[in-house]
Amino acid sequence: MGNPSDGAPQQGGTVATAGQAGGRFEDPGIPPHRPRLADTDPKAAKRAERQVTALFVISVIGTVVFLISYFAIDLGNDSSIDTIRTQNILLGLSTAFAMLGIGTGIVHWAKALMPDHEVSEARHAVRTEEDRAAAVRIVDDIIEETGIKRRPLIRNTLIGALALAPLPALAVFGDLGPNANDKLRHTMWAPNAQTGKKVRLTRDPDGTPIRASDVTIGSAFHVIPEGLNDLKEGKLNEKAKAVVLLMRLNPEDLNISPGRESWSYNGIVAYSKICTHVGCPVALYEQQTHHLLCPCHQSTFDLTHECQVIFGPASRPLPQLPIEVDSDGYLVATSDFHEPVGPSYWEREYS
Amino acid sequence: MSNASPTYQPPTKVGRIADFVDQRTGLSSVTREFGRKIFPDHWSFMFGEVALYCFIILLLSGTFLTFFFNPSMAETTYSGAYVPLRGMDMSVAYQSSLHISFEVRGGLFMRQLHHWAALLFVAAMSVHMLRVFFTGAFRKPREINWVIGGVLLILGMAEGFTGYSLPDDLLSGNGLRIIDGVIKSIPVIGTWISFFLFGGEFPGNAIIGRLYVLHILLIPAMILGLVALHLIFVVVHKHTQYPGPGRNDRNVVGYPLGPVYAAKAGGFFFIVFGVLAAIAAGFTINPIWNYGPYDPSPVSAGTQPDWYIGWVDGALRLMPGVLGAVGGYRQHFEFVVFGQQTLTLNVLLPALVPAGIVFTVLFIYPWIERWITKDEREHHVLDRPRNAPTRTAIGMAGFTFYCVMWAAASSDLIATHFHVALNDVTYWLRALFFVGPIIAFVVTKRIALGLQRKDREIALHGRETGRIVRLPHGEFIEVHAPLDAYKRYRLISFDSPEVLPAQPNAKGVVDRRERRRAKFSQWFFEDRVAPVTPAELEAAHAHGHHEAIESAPTSGH
Repeated sequence: MGNPSDGAPQQGGTVATAGQAGGRFEDPGIPPHRPRLADTDPKAAKRAERQVTALFVISVIGTVVFLISYFAIDLGNDSSIDTIRTQNILLGLSTAFAMLGIGTGIVHWAKALMPDHEVSEARHAVRTEEDRAAAVRIVDDIIEETGIKRRPLIRNTLIGALALAPLPALAVFGDLGPNANDKLRHTMWAPNAQTGKKVRLTRDPDGTPIRASDVTIGSAFHVIPEGLNDLKEGKLNEKAKAVVLLMRLNPEDLNISPGRESWSYNGIVAYSKICTHVGCPVALYEQQTHHLLCPCHQSTFDLTHECQVIFGPASRPLPQLPIEVDSDGYLVATSDFHEPVGPSYWEREYS
Repeated sequence: MSNASPTYQPPTKVGRIADFVDQRTGLSSVTREFGRKIFPDHWSFMFGEVALYCFIILLLSGTFLTFFFNPSMAETTYSGAYVPLRGMDMSVAYQSSLHISFEVRGGLFMRQLHHWAALLFVAAMSVHMLRVFFTGAFRKPREINWVIGGVLLILGMAEGFTGYSLPDDLLSGNGLRIIDGVIKSIPVIGTWISFFLFGGEFPGNAIIGRLYVLHILLIPAMILGLVALHLIFVVVHKHTQYPGPGRNDRNVVGYPLGPVYAAKAGGFFFIVFGVLAAIAAGFTINPIWNYGPYDPSPVSAGTQPDWYIGWVDGALRLMPGVLGAVGGYRQHFEFVVFGQQTLTLNVLLPALVPAGIVFTVLFIYPWIERWITKDEREHHVLDRPRNAPTRTAIGMAGFTFYCVMWAAASSDLIATHFHVALNDVTYWLRALFFVGPIIAFVVTKRIALGLQRKDREIALHGRETGRIVRLPHGEFIEVHAPLDAYKRYRLISFDSPEVLPAQPNAKGVVDRRERRRAKFSQWFFEDRVAPVTPAELEAAHAHGHHEAIESAPTSGH
């Protein structure tokens, strides 16, 4: 066995302790200064001086180029992409030269010409014992003068008052958040409450209605509810809940669970486009495998099994929109979604 | 009783101005204190500087952008310079971002500079923190400054994310949508917080204005304050230094602030600015005009968040929502608890737990190590990472943990670029999420110990010269050149803590907590390569001559 403290490769084995018995090495002190070329050779110093000057001159040129390109190229409502690109490159590169000229010039100056002797300076204690003692005395005196220890009634009522004081802030901030109520539960797909008129499925983004006969097997439509584009207020809020994907499959490929037999029409199915994970649009439809894929976190839904999750971080299937065909042959929503769309939230199961 | 007027009469005009100011501010004492203050020099000390300079550039370019940006979510129809978007409905915020890009002279350059500086800002802070961790610079008396650094990193990420969302483009809008989904997964108060933040339902018309206030006022003010505090502490503690001849915990060796260090540091600001300007000139970042205005329906494939948010997004991707096949056994990670409350662990766990672990360990690590080592001394000389093998291994385990999640944020791009199945990429990364840190720990520790043994070998026997000499009796040896005292000191002047067994407390009892500490101490320091001692060097030299004559070492020393 070699001495494990040796550390030489041929004496391997344990990585282990070596006694400190041999003492410690003396600190040899800061290594002697090694002169640079410019310290000993005046020619080298002159050369470094010229290099630093040249770098500063480059900076001046950069600034001039910046000003010229700034004023020579004007941008306006009719400027082309090429003009914008040219200006960006000119302004950027001239700034780069202006800054790098100064920066490299100063650093070169410091490294080649300024003294490079390393100096040692003593550190001082972050806190001295004397300061500590003085501070403790002061604090003790202050506490003594307030009399807070002798008058607990003052102290306790002050603590009580301070503890209650933030409550108004809590109330004010509490009111800033509007109550969710059941907003997350309803979308524009619900039939009109007065007339009972059902909402047509229309194309995103132009809002033209879709005939059942337009939907061929294998095709997919991005769908918004009829009337969305006419909204003056909260259009994006409604759209963020109501967007739907419409696809037509061979009816034999669909595995329909009991109760949902009437939700599709002739192999045409509609599902919420809002991912049940964290709400990205599930925008990728893989026609061959009938999978829907969310591009944000790759949750994958199987269209043939009512959009059950087959991969990725989502846990719930995409909600299905029950559809039928109205008397004019257009697709309409029979009712609203039967559950909230999009990401889960604490009160989701409340009715 | 009036003060005698100073007898000093400055000879020059500048001198008279300086004297005027000095008599009213007392700046002489500041110059006296700082003019020749010593700063140690090392390339790895520049990461913090890079972060500081990026922040200054961010303030400059950001101020320019605020002059033109309009944080309104009111709807408008575009009629600006970018032809493909003309006639489209969009928010005023997005329109004004396009206006800055295409119609404001130098606006695109400022946007690019601002975004690149932001990316570099967080990167420089991250690398700076890695440097501080791996060299042990967080030890007493710098624990509080380490925590301030951690808070600054979080604020930097928050500042980045709030700014990223402001243009109200499709990409950042989907980012906000994800944030909304994550917030909604918080039990009890999640829905309320979401409605509070967005002023109602997502996306509403309040969020951009609110993020704007956070981005240009609240968070930068906090960063500025903490940066000032951070730098004050650097002055109070004086900078750490790497070990070497002439350096110890009681001194600081380096260059004086004036002129060398000020010139180098000041010049470096212009270099950082110049490099960022060159990048902004040549490399497009966040081309919002390609994405279009935010609309809840479309999304682009292959979207990535800015790099520093990647690890959190990656964690979201790694978590399985459902295990098992359709029709077979299925384990969902969304539960209904107490009858009707929804607990959506498939979002909540990955959003909170990994980031929680990383930042908790980061913040309390100085205290963990202090507890294990019972080390109450001040440390101003840094550890070379190899000389603290367990700490270095812990750091690399954490770094690997982070990088696995970070890679997961690009799982789809990894799949498309390397032509592998997306599912396989995810499965591998899920495994690496758990196994990767362990592998990294073991491998790093062995590498560190190996490097220490190499240092020992060099300190004892000198440097291999590559010169082969044949001895009179026929043996070939390689000549080793001895090190000079300075180089050797660099290799042997480090602290090598030993396992500290459980100590009895004041009552003379070894309690359970102390026994646990001893176990950690064992884990930390049992694998140990001690620094060379003079006696060992002596022995090695004697042995060296011996070895040259005899053929092989046959006995122990």
